[in-house]
Amino acid sequence: MPVVLENLGKRFGDGALVLDDVNATIEQGEFVALLGASGCGKSTLLNIMAGLEAPTSGALEVPSDGAAFMFQDAALFPWLTARENIELALKLRGAGKAERRVKAGELLDLVHLGGAGDKRPHELSGGMRQRVALARSLAQDRQLLLMDEPFAALDAITRDLLHDELERIWKETGRTIVFVTHNVREAVRLGQRVLLLSSRPGRVVREWHVSEEHRTDAGLAGQLTGEITARLREEIRRHAK
Amino acid sequence: MPSKFLSHYAQAAEPAESSLIPSSDPGSRHITAALTRSSTGSADLRELEAGLDSLQSDAARRARIDWSRILLPVAAIVVLLVAWQLYVSLGIKRRDLVPGPLDVLGQFGNLWAEGKLQEAVWTSLQRGLIGFLISVAVATPVGLLLAQVAPLRRAFGPLISGLQVLPSVAWVPAAIIWFGLTDATVYFVVFMGAIPSIINGLISGVDQIPPQYRSVGKVLGASRLQLALRIILPAALPGYLSGLKQGWAFSWRSLMAAEIIAVGGSIGFGLGSMLNQGRDLSDMTIVMSAILLILAVGILIELLVFGPIEKRLLRRRGLLAGSTR
Repeated sequence: MPVVLENLGKRFGDGALVLDDVNATIEQGEFVALLGASGCGKSTLLNIMAGLEAPTSGALEVPSDGAAFMFQDAALFPWLTARENIELALKLRGAGKAERRVKAGELLDLVHLGGAGDKRPHELSGGMRQRVALARSLAQDRQLLLMDEPFAALDAITRDLLHDELERIWKETGRTIVFVTHNVREAVRLGQRVLLLSSRPGRVVREWHVSEEHRTDAGLAGQLTGEITARLREEIRRHAK
Repeated sequence: MPSKFLSHYAQAAEPAESSLIPSSDPGSRHITAALTRSSTGSADLRELEAGLDSLQSDAARRARIDWSRILLPVAAIVVLLVAWQLYVSLGIKRRDLVPGPLDVLGQFGNLWAEGKLQEAVWTSLQRGLIGFLISVAVATPVGLLLAQVAPLRRAFGPLISGLQVLPSVAWVPAAIIWFGLTDATVYFVVFMGAIPSIINGLISGVDQIPPQYRSVGKVLGASRLQLALRIILPAALPGYLSGLKQGWAFSWRSLMAAEIIAVGGSIGFGLGSMLNQGRDLSDMTIVMSAILLILAVGILIELLVFGPIEKRLLRRRGLLAGSTR
């Protein structure tokens, strides 16, 4: 089932418009990168898709069982081990005890953390924490996975690896992913489609398709990155006065 | 195939440099390096991640017994006892007004032999604990409710904070009028003493929860009750625990006040009663014994119950590093 956003608008109280007339369709199994400068309302858009906030105007169509969500900060519960964090997600979904154990083990293995299940969040590195958070959001077993700058706080080496990791997991699980970022390279690296959001108010101003060649040909990827960056800067320059 | 991977990066600079980038802004020409797939398959990725994980995780450090934790407090007590004995030996005050540590130790022996000491400690401890547990059982749901429901919090919050300032001794006369000289009087005073601290501790614990946890709970599909029990309560545990600690301290103090004032009737013989008896008999050694016992019970509960629980809680959450505990 596709995700459809129609003329979506959002305003907080009497403040300025945050989102204005956002239109987009995201097909099932698609990986879409939502790109924009700071303050363009991309997180707000994600929160609306997750059902954490209600839109002021317009309509949206999301899967009825809701969406899984991954935050910039891993937001693991510090009183639980990595495995228990994943098991809690399964429990809140209504899974039985035996199923929880098996499934949590599988998910830990999927994110290559089979040996770290009994560690607590503070004993894990930032990248490991984010992988546990990814496993936890996969534990929700929703078709739609929303990610709000999940790798922004990581070091570059870890981030590069997690890009590969996320691409692999996306291919293995067939999820629909909406990935919010302010990093053009990251958007090009991960998305099949890159949607550029304007700032104040946020609106989809342009989209680019990223082909499989862009994943391996750095020249091609660099060219597209440059093109998107130029358009993004044009958008930022509009606010200079 | 690391060489292939490297060549991507090497190539990256050139084609992008001379590409279609509109050069109205010279800054945009620096956007050259792009990200491409950097590992060569699942096995390679697993290995890379394992290497990075072990580089980024601390090696486990083994805890050793820190003798200064035991020796320093013991030394402090010894110093105080010696100073006390020295002062008494100087003979500045009459011995029956200011007895020395040895006189008090002798009185301890007497009270022990008569069985009064054990009776007083046991009676007070039992009452203190029962009163405290009742307070916890009532304060916990009330605190959660106040912390979670904004209108209730606005309505009753100031009152609860105010009650914390009110000395619980103030409830003793009222309690005697309502319940007479019975155990109910003692429990009532303990209850009124402990409950505001526990509620306030829980509320401030809930206030300090990162807002992210609630969002995660909602996204994971927790119901209101599940959110309260599975996420809010455990997340608020450090604040709740310090509320409990303070609540216990207030229980114990209120209990002593109640026992000193309300004597006789069906109220048993507790440490407060012992203190009061010492005053009636003008026997300073009994008074000192009672004071030291009250203090000792307080310290023991902290050392044996709250201390270990708190330490374990903070260590599990990684909050202990760098503290002077």
